[in-house]
Order: sequence, then structure tokens, then C-alpha cells
Amino acid sequence: MGTRDAQDTDWEGVRLHVVSGKGGTGKTTVAAALALALAAGGRKVLLVEVEGRQGIAQIFDLPPLPYEERKIAVAPDGGDVYALAIDPEAAMLDYLEMFYGMKRMGKALTRIGVVDFATTIAPGLRDVLVTGKTSEAVRRRDPRTGTRVYDAVVMDAPPTGRIVRFLNVTQEIAGLARVGPIRHHADLVRGVLTSPETAVHFVTLLEEMPVQETLDGIAELRETKLPVGGIFINMVRPAGLPDAALEAAFQGRFDTAELAAGLKAAGLAERTGDAGPLAEALTKEIAEHARRVELENQERETLASVGTPRYDLPLLPDGADLAGLYELAEALRAQGAA
Amino acid sequence: MSTFERGWAVTRTPPSLDIDAMLDDPGTRIIVCCGSGGVGKTTTAAALGLRAAERGRSVVVLTVDPAKRLAQAMGLTELDNTPRRVDGCDLDGVGREGGELHAMMLDMKRTFDEIIEAHADPERARQILTNPFYQSLSSSFSGTQEYMAMEKLGQLRRSGDWDLIVVDTPPSRSALDFLDAPERLGRFLDGRLIRILMAPAKVGGRSAFKLLNAGFGMVAGILTKVLGAQVLKDIQMFVSALDAVFGGFRQRAEQTYRLLQAPGTAFLVVAAPERDAMREASYFVERLAEEGMPLAGLVVNRVHRTPAASLSAARSCAAAEDLESNGEHALTAAVLRLHARRMQLAAREEREQEHFTSVHPTVPVTRVPAMPEDVHDLAGLRQIGQLLSSNGANSVSRSA
Repeated sequence: MGTRDAQDTDWEGVRLHVVSGKGGTGKTTVAAALALALAAGGRKVLLVEVEGRQGIAQIFDLPPLPYEERKIAVAPDGGDVYALAIDPEAAMLDYLEMFYGMKRMGKALTRIGVVDFATTIAPGLRDVLVTGKTSEAVRRRDPRTGTRVYDAVVMDAPPTGRIVRFLNVTQEIAGLARVGPIRHHADLVRGVLTSPETAVHFVTLLEEMPVQETLDGIAELRETKLPVGGIFINMVRPAGLPDAALEAAFQGRFDTAELAAGLKAAGLAERTGDAGPLAEALTKEIAEHARRVELENQERETLASVGTPRYDLPLLPDGADLAGLYELAEALRAQGAA
Repeated sequence: MSTFERGWAVTRTPPSLDIDAMLDDPGTRIIVCCGSGGVGKTTTAAALGLRAAERGRSVVVLTVDPAKRLAQAMGLTELDNTPRRVDGCDLDGVGREGGELHAMMLDMKRTFDEIIEAHADPERARQILTNPFYQSLSSSFSGTQEYMAMEKLGQLRRSGDWDLIVVDTPPSRSALDFLDAPERLGRFLDGRLIRILMAPAKVGGRSAFKLLNAGFGMVAGILTKVLGAQVLKDIQMFVSALDAVFGGFRQRAEQTYRLLQAPGTAFLVVAAPERDAMREASYFVERLAEEGMPLAGLVVNRVHRTPAASLSAARSCAAAEDLESNGEHALTAAVLRLHARRMQLAAREEREQEHFTSVHPTVPVTRVPAMPEDVHDLAGLRQIGQLLSSNGANSVSRSA
């Protein structure tokens, strides 16, 4: 794998990758793999977590991440992945310090419950703090060189059901605060989120519910003028059998006798010399497999109708461990996602 | 159990969760299905509701955000916040009478509005309902859905119309938000902030900040600077208008919380046999114990099984290799490769479950095999109900 020109990728110019997906689809894993893939070849990428679940730490096998950008992995061919677990309370104190120079005041505000209020009760404020912190990292420049600190930022975002509200929250805030500093801040964040520098990706499985949610999510993004990214199809299992055999199995006319003969040849017959029962059991297994492949093909067609780039990520037999992440990152690069 | 014994318990089998005993026990009044997102909580809740109804209970299923086709399966075509009768149940299935199934989808905004209308005088209710802060809070506050789900649960229970309520919990950002949301609201209500926010409105005008001590005045100044005067005014109006309603809020939140701790409640933790979901399940089990909430057991959905379990992954792989190197029976070799992968997956899932059971050896478990298709109708829910109650037995031929 040589160094590749960044121009080859589907997301040239995108600097904020928001990764959403239905629960259970492996959203955090895909976000982590995408960060590794984007960092490959000597780039610097920040992986951001927004829901306080410490999923990134778990995937990279690290102790819980603090509210601090720190290097967590080295990408293939050089390149660094940094991670940040955004804590809304800390983000709020940051915000007060950055915009109002009120660091010490933060403690007083925490004590009387202002921070609690802002981060848990006040609608949307929590989300605007989190998206605000993320877009600050996207825009941040090195004061000496004037270049951007991160080549890309990947956000492990809330699940599909909440993603549009989460990203659109600046608008919600803007509705509440027609003027004033919060409005100004919200407008700034919205500017980043709706720009061509942002892409909102969806992770899905080839199953009915996650595919439906992906379609709904994309339609909602388009309505709210948020930039639609790619579809990452996770845990893809190879069909494993020629089409004709799958077709036969699907229709219940798989050649069990032929299979029994094969099993015998492989030395898997019972002591009596009979491979029939095993062949029967395996035929059942293959029939289910064929049915599943058929359903997956239907879901694949549905996803194709959306007209946005799609990437396949293989099911990792041993689960998404650290080695698996690099494997997924490689798959993403090979398909031009990064 | 000593650590010595635990060390030997390599393949520990958890106690089997007896779903039917739980559903048939008239003492079971509330079943709460909780677990991380995407593990099949809603389907499990619906299947339990149907099974309980068909075994003679009068049941209402409260769902929070069902997938479209599942909602249709239960005849829920609109979100109207009222329990609707589900037609098509087989109510003489086991020769018991009196069973009934109702289902409803939570409308959190309407639930919130109804509380306001019930607890504030009309003028004050109008003030609250039209306040922009309230409108935003009632439809998007990160804990509103959880809080309203618990509120609705309390209402259903108090109505006395059903002898069993099955509730599925919202897909929260942190799994136990439905337990934490009322407390968070309470912490806010008890906090000093609310007094600061309310003070000016009470005395009538922002100038009242001056009446407060210097520390409070400074905070108010900062709030004005950060939020802007208009937002602060909206918040103040909102908070003072809600003041009258809040007392009732807290009281009912506490009632519902105690209801969840009562012996008539059964928590079911739902998971899939994957690392994240099982880790989350462990966390749930521990939190429920801490809160004194009665845990009935763990439901593991989407377990992969095979009708040819006697052929191990290793043997299957070796045999495939033999055939491949001899260049014969290519199709059989491919079948064996597929089988080996299936066995590997099953073994990994088994390890995840064993890990859970070694940490929580007394938690009863039932498993539901993975199905190729999602559930679309009552027949599908009925089948899931059977699998739940038989710990996934007699189902190997249907697994996928």
C-alpha cells in the first residue's frame, strides 16, 4: 500500500466526518476505523466522542478518556489519531473561558447549578456545546504556521433517530435566542455543519430496520439541508457459495446427496459410513444462509436507490478488536472512503 | 461462592429464565424491558405482551419509538397517546379467558401538556404552554422522553385498567436515563439557580437582581451576558410559571420510582450476544441492584445457532482444506467453510454470554435465536413469545 493522493478519495475537501447509525450497527467501530483510514499516510485526525459512553476507549483498549485531546493510535504509513471525549460540562467551562475570559467564574456557576441547568435541563444547549466544541477543533489553526491543526475530525455521533435534531440544534437554539451571544455562537456552529467541509455518514447492517432508519435519516438530512455523506454497510458476510448453489438452496432443492458424497470424501462420515444426517443438517444451514443472502441483496438494492457512495465492511470473526480496526481501515481506503 | 470454585466454572450454565411463570403470576404488574439500542427491546416487549394476553392477562404495552412495521403489527397507525385494543389475538390459546391486549405509543409532548393542564389553573397553563422555552423543552429536552415514559407508566398503573403493563424504555444516550431523569430534574429544582431565576419574576422586573446579595447579582449578570436578556427573561417566565406544577412533578416522579422498586415490578434486561451489548447488560444489572429494582433476568436476542453443531469449526476447516487441496467437491468445501464461520460466530457469542454469567452467576437467562427476517405481524410476535418462554428450544430449524 503506497502513499495515495488524497484527491483519490470520495470525500475530498471534507474535514468533519459525522458518523451516525442505528444502535447495534457498530457506529463507534466504523468511526474509529474511518479515523485510522483518514490519518493513513502521515495525516493528523481527531476522533471525537459526544455521548459520554467511553466507547472509543473500549475499542482501543484504553482506560477512560479524559476531556483532553490525546494521541491514541498510529495509522498505517504514519499518521496520528487523537481522541477527545467531550464532556458537556467541561465544554461549557471552556466556552465561558474562551469567549468571556471567565475561568474562575465557572466554579461558582457549577456550584449554584448553572452548569447543570445548561447541560441537562436547558433544551439543546448541551448539544450546541458539544457540536460547538467539535467545530472549534475543525476550525482550529496553529498560531505559528496558520495551518489547520487537524486534517480531519471524525465524530462518533448520536444514533440515527436523534442525529438530525442533534445537528440541527443550533437552529433550535437560534429559534429561542433571536439575538445575543448564544445565537451568534450557534450560527457559527451551523455554518460549519452545513458547509461542504462536513459530511454526515450512516452505518447500517443489511437488515430491514437499520436500512429503513438510514433512508429516513438521509431524507431528514436533505430536508434540513445538512450534507449527506456515505453509507457504511457493516458486518458484511461473504455469500460463500456460487449463485446457482444459493438459488438451489433458497428454493429447497440443494443437492444433499452430492453434499453427502463430498462429506464422505472429506472423511466426515459417521463410523457407519453414513454422511446423510450431517448432510441433512448442513443443507438446512445452507437454506437459511441462502434466505438471508436473498434478503441482504434486497436491502442492498434499497440502499443503492439513495444514490450516495456505499462501502462494505467485512464481519470480523473475532469481533472488532484493535487488529480488526486496522483491517476495516484498510477496507475503507481500498474503497476510496478515505 | 469461593474464587476457587469460580476458577473451575469454565462453562457455566445460567439458571433458565421462566418467562411463563412471570407472565402467569398475578403478582407481576409491571414488566420493564431495558437494554442498549438495537437489541430488540420493543419487539421483546410486544411479544411478552401478546403472550401474556393470550395466557389470560389484561395487558397494555407502552412503547416509546417502535419501528413502523412493528407498530403496524400491533395495529398502531397513529401516535395518539391512548391505549388501543390490538385485534387478532388468539385469546383462547391455552384455554384461559379474559385475556386482552392493548398497545400505545408514547407522545411525550402531549403527555407533558396534559400534566401542565391538569395541575395549573387555565391562565397559568396558557402561559406555560405558549412559552418558547417550554415548547422546546417539551419536545427536545434530553431527558423528557424518559421522564414522560415514567410519568405515563405511573398514570397507566394508577388507572387500574390493566393487570399487567409491559413497557419498553427509550433508546437513551445513557442506558438508564429513565431512572436518572427525574432525579436530575429534582436536583435542578432544589438548586439555587432556580431561586435566582425566579427572584426577579416574583418581585417583578430585572431590577430585582439588585435586591439579592452580591454573589447572586454577579451570577445574574453573567447569565445576561452569556444568554442574552431575552432568553433569560423567557427562562424566568417559564420557571416561575412552572413553579406551581413542579411540586406535583417531583411527588409523582418519586411515586413512580417507588413503584419500580415494588415487588410487582419485573425488570428484564435485553441484550444481543455481542461485547458492547453484554457489557451494557452487566452495567444495567449492577445499576438495578444498586437502586433496589427487582431484576427478573436477561433476554439474549439474536443468538446464532446451527443444526450441525456436532461438526466443530476446526474439523470443518480441516476437511474443507483437504477437499480443496485434492481439487474435488468444491461445493462441499464451500459449505464446510461457511459452516466453520458459523461455528466461530456461535463460539464467540457463547464466550460473551459466559463472561456475563461468570460475573452474574445468579441472573436467569433466556435466549432467542436470530431470525432472518424482522417481525411484521402477530404470528411473528407469537413465535418470539414461544421462543422466549422455552429458552429458544425447539427452534433450531428456524434459526438463521
